[in-house]
Amino acid sequence: MINLTDLEKKINSELTTKIKKTEIKHNQIYVEIDKDELIDAILFLKTNKDTKFRQLIDITVVDYPEQTQRFKMVYLFLSHEFNQRIILSYFINENEVIPSITAIFPSANWMEREVFDMYGVNFKDHPDLRRILTDYGFEGHPLRKDFPLTGHIEVRYSEDKKKVINEPVKLEQDYRNFDYESPWEGTKYIKEQAENNDKKN
Amino acid sequence: MTKKIKNLNLNFGPQHPAAHGVLRLILELDGEVVEKADPHIGLLHRGTEKLIENKTYMQAVPYFDRLDYVAPMNQEHAFALAIEKILKIDVPIRAQYIRVMFCEIGRILSHILNVTTQALDVGALTPSLWGFEERETLMTFYERASGSRLHANYFRAGGVHQDLPAGLENDIAKFCESFPKIINDLENLLTDNRIFKQRNVDIGIVTKEDTLDYSFSGVMIRGSGIPWDLRKSQPYDCYEQLEFKIPVGKNGDCYDRYLCRIEEMKESISIIKQCLTKMEKGPIKTFDGKISPPTKQEIKQSMEALIHHFKLFTEGYRVPKDEIYTAVEAPKGEFGVYLISDGSSKPYKCKIRAPGFSHLQSMDYLIKGHMLADVPAVLGSLDIVFGEVDR
Repeated sequence: MINLTDLEKKINSELTTKIKKTEIKHNQIYVEIDKDELIDAILFLKTNKDTKFRQLIDITVVDYPEQTQRFKMVYLFLSHEFNQRIILSYFINENEVIPSITAIFPSANWMEREVFDMYGVNFKDHPDLRRILTDYGFEGHPLRKDFPLTGHIEVRYSEDKKKVINEPVKLEQDYRNFDYESPWEGTKYIKEQAENNDKKN
Repeated sequence: MTKKIKNLNLNFGPQHPAAHGVLRLILELDGEVVEKADPHIGLLHRGTEKLIENKTYMQAVPYFDRLDYVAPMNQEHAFALAIEKILKIDVPIRAQYIRVMFCEIGRILSHILNVTTQALDVGALTPSLWGFEERETLMTFYERASGSRLHANYFRAGGVHQDLPAGLENDIAKFCESFPKIINDLENLLTDNRIFKQRNVDIGIVTKEDTLDYSFSGVMIRGSGIPWDLRKSQPYDCYEQLEFKIPVGKNGDCYDRYLCRIEEMKESISIIKQCLTKMEKGPIKTFDGKISPPTKQEIKQSMEALIHHFKLFTEGYRVPKDEIYTAVEAPKGEFGVYLISDGSSKPYKCKIRAPGFSHLQSMDYLIKGHMLADVPAVLGSLDIVFGEVDR
């Protein structure tokens, strides 16, 4: 088994230009890659005898609406052989189409469908890019930060029409998001202060 | 005269007792042979991840009970561990033992349900009646510790909510003595049962290679002969101090997975026993007043405790900006939480990695070429619970 720093060096030396940043924290390697090199980087990690990240754990997206490159794509991999985890990420624009990795990992199929469903990110060469978790005929992408928590439509059975109908959400009381956070500096944790005092002494 | 033969499309579920919840499986049949399976999921989608983004860390815990609702505390564990790692807080040893013990109780809960309903799916009624009686006992333990049978909301970042009530440890110990007999009874009914074996042996075989490609974990990967268990390979809490074995299968079929589950229940009993003997009196949550709420008595006496209490239940505790993926070995496989905090008291993002999601995805690959009657058997051995698949 190789340790994390060696692995980091190895990845850095093999993938040099394909990588923007690597970092080790919480016993995992976080790698930011160049988005055009996604397929190459993943193939390397999967097949190289010193990495062997043979299992795709999950694919997800983080939405930062205030950034120009809005979405951060995140790929989590696990190597059973070396007992290590790696987290690949890269930023994309809102309407960008990115390559699908279903050809490398068959299990990426549903994970990419979920990303498409929840965030509206489109994948090139995906065999079956349909919505997965939301209702048939659903519109919008619920996990985007600008999608309201209460949603847009509600569903009920209409006695008049004798069928299930969709109508705009009506709330007796608006959803209230209280801002409890302290208006002043916030809590300086006592622990932190104690540590600082120790350092001073 | 020639006759045209067309494949038959069949809707399996969403209201089918063997679909284990609300699965709509669209099967393309050639006679009785399944050509293609297309699972439609999401009928139980509640937007858990979106809701968690709008709640404080403490308010988010109950959502984890509602994922895999047959083993609620195992999920809470993953979330608690993620927060603890970011906040860098230590969990008192008693709390670790309590958490591990209840996780193993959860494992037994889940495996009883799975083994017995799998038997039910292939035509045996008695195991489920016997098994559910034991589940009820286990859920009473949940209730006595946390106040509710299912949605426990018991684990906290830094420990557990409250200490075990008097007498509970003894009763769990008693259960550990009586339960192995029930496992034996179940095994007598099933393990050598001719019908059960005919329905499960050599059905839904997964090779070692494919378990990796299809992101399998838990019993699904061990049934195929890969000895991989996060409790051993990436130990969390006090698993390092406990002795247990990892049962593995040989053929990777439904029957091997059933055997793995039975063996795992026996190991869980041994883990619970070890927890009970090693557990000593002591604190059950971290003392850091900024994270764990003070006792009622303290609130009455100390101004600071009162402020802490007020802040914890309005604003919640703040978690510094960080990113982490933590996984635990839930009964169904690797249950992971990918948490992004932004320094406020609410998670910026919380992606839940449910084992059932990738298991169900492989349905098409598993069932292709099998008979229609094998669908419930394979589905049963995948151990699908829709709470976690749909989230």
